[in-house]
Amino acid sequence: MKGSALIRLLLLVLLVAFLLTPQSFRPVFQPFAANGAPAIYTQSSLLALTLSHLAMVGVATLAAAIVSIGLAVLVTRPAGREFLPLSRSIANIGQTFPPVAVLALAVPVFGFGPIPTLIALFLYGLLPIFENTLTGLTTVPHSVQEAARGVGMTDTQRLISVELPLALPIILAGIRLTAVISLGTATIGSTVAAKTLGEVIIAGLISNNTAFVLQGGLVVALLALFIHQGFTSLEARIGRQAGAMQPAQ
Amino acid sequence: MIEINGITKVYEGIRAVDDVSLKIGSGEIVTVVGTSGSGKTTLLRMINRLVEPTSGTILIDGRDNRDLPGHELRRAIGYAIQGYGLFPHRTVAQNIATVPKLLGWDKKRIESRVDELLALFHLEPSQFRARMPHELSGGQQQRIGVARALAAEPAVLLMDEPFGALDPIIRGKAQEDLIEIQRRFATTIVLVTHGMDEAIRLGHRIAVMDKGKLLQFAAPAELIAHPATAFVADLAGRADRAFRLLSLSPVVDLLEPGEASGEPIGAQASLKDALSEALWSGRAALPVLRDGAIVGRVTREKLMARAGQPQ
Repeated sequence: MKGSALIRLLLLVLLVAFLLTPQSFRPVFQPFAANGAPAIYTQSSLLALTLSHLAMVGVATLAAAIVSIGLAVLVTRPAGREFLPLSRSIANIGQTFPPVAVLALAVPVFGFGPIPTLIALFLYGLLPIFENTLTGLTTVPHSVQEAARGVGMTDTQRLISVELPLALPIILAGIRLTAVISLGTATIGSTVAAKTLGEVIIAGLISNNTAFVLQGGLVVALLALFIHQGFTSLEARIGRQAGAMQPAQ
Repeated sequence: MIEINGITKVYEGIRAVDDVSLKIGSGEIVTVVGTSGSGKTTLLRMINRLVEPTSGTILIDGRDNRDLPGHELRRAIGYAIQGYGLFPHRTVAQNIATVPKLLGWDKKRIESRVDELLALFHLEPSQFRARMPHELSGGQQQRIGVARALAAEPAVLLMDEPFGALDPIIRGKAQEDLIEIQRRFATTIVLVTHGMDEAIRLGHRIAVMDKGKLLQFAAPAELIAHPATAFVADLAGRADRAFRLLSLSPVVDLLEPGEASGEPIGAQASLKDALSEALWSGRAALPVLRDGAIVGRVTREKLMARAGQPQ
């Protein structure tokens, strides 16, 4: 446990160092650069690309979370139950529609830039959060729900102070999935001129420069690792506090 | 005082509760007993309107229970259930404070009430306040469940098989605690159970239900001596009704002056325990002990006479 934490810290230091002073890592990537090509991507600042990449994933995930959680809450209320199949279909379509196809359809409407990528990430991110929120809200133990009604909580009070807090670890797991998937998916946004780390990978592929592909890929992979870790430990902490998964007896 | 008038609940054509009427006095413990599917839980849940009746009315202290919105009504009525339903993400103190907080009590009053209740249930406040429900044993969870139900000092407490998941020894202790608390606060208690033993032990009066109908509503002795139907007689236990009858009265009822030898029996022990001891030790009479002194005796002959069907 301690060893793996140490490795993670080391990786974080390496990542930050690489983004701040990419040139100092030239010797590492030089062997992968094709005869005489530059070893480090310099067309844009790697730090700026990374921040823009993260911002895009963050915005898309946040929007997907708001919409999915909202939908899941709606369809688990007595009044909204009939919308459950419809909401499921919407979330499923979002997931089955390939992001590349979304880009292709969105570009003619919104033009090049970040918007088509944001739309693709948003649609792709709906399903995991929606399904997890649904699971979380519908698996609150029966006796707890019964008690919440029995003590005289209103429907809103039950949702806010019992159902959502108990579902929170599962909802967070959904957001984590979406964020990690989006982090990888966002790279294709560079094909339609969104500022993401995909730019580095694509530049490497076009010029047959493995060093660029490696740089872009490694930064994305490390970011995904850290986001995954961050969410997992948050979920564990909240889950442990609640002991929610243990039945009352 | 709870007045249930011709209450009926129909679920998809099935009469889960069928025209039940009964009056429960203030400060009374009424146990509702029946097999599963008898409608006893539905009856209970109609009192605090977790279930809305199809027809009929329920008056609590003279007021129709539909006068208030359901959630406000429920804040004024204690409710404890099987499985306890403690909020797993909240501490023991927060769980107990649920209803006072909904009612907007100030912080100081809530804290002192929480500590008072923890002490009442033999749980050291400083040790238990900050614990999470999953860190408690079943018996402790059960006590917190009842403490939460009593937190806002309700005049009426509804209990749905509250001791169902406890092992026999802890259940016995929990029943004693409940009797003690009821004496102290004079809370009106309606308790649903499927066990006749529990119904007899706790109930001042017992309501027997079957297939949605109220078969008999009577004091335990009456129920055992004169069951209204064969079903009630079966539920009351034909085989050991003599002992059930004896279990209702204390030794002091048959106390007489005189000598007896051997181990004494306490004046508050049940007649059933006295007869059992007399049979076991082969004695015709047992000395009776009260406040540390022998005050007389109880004879096997009288015990046996008392076990017969009352006329």
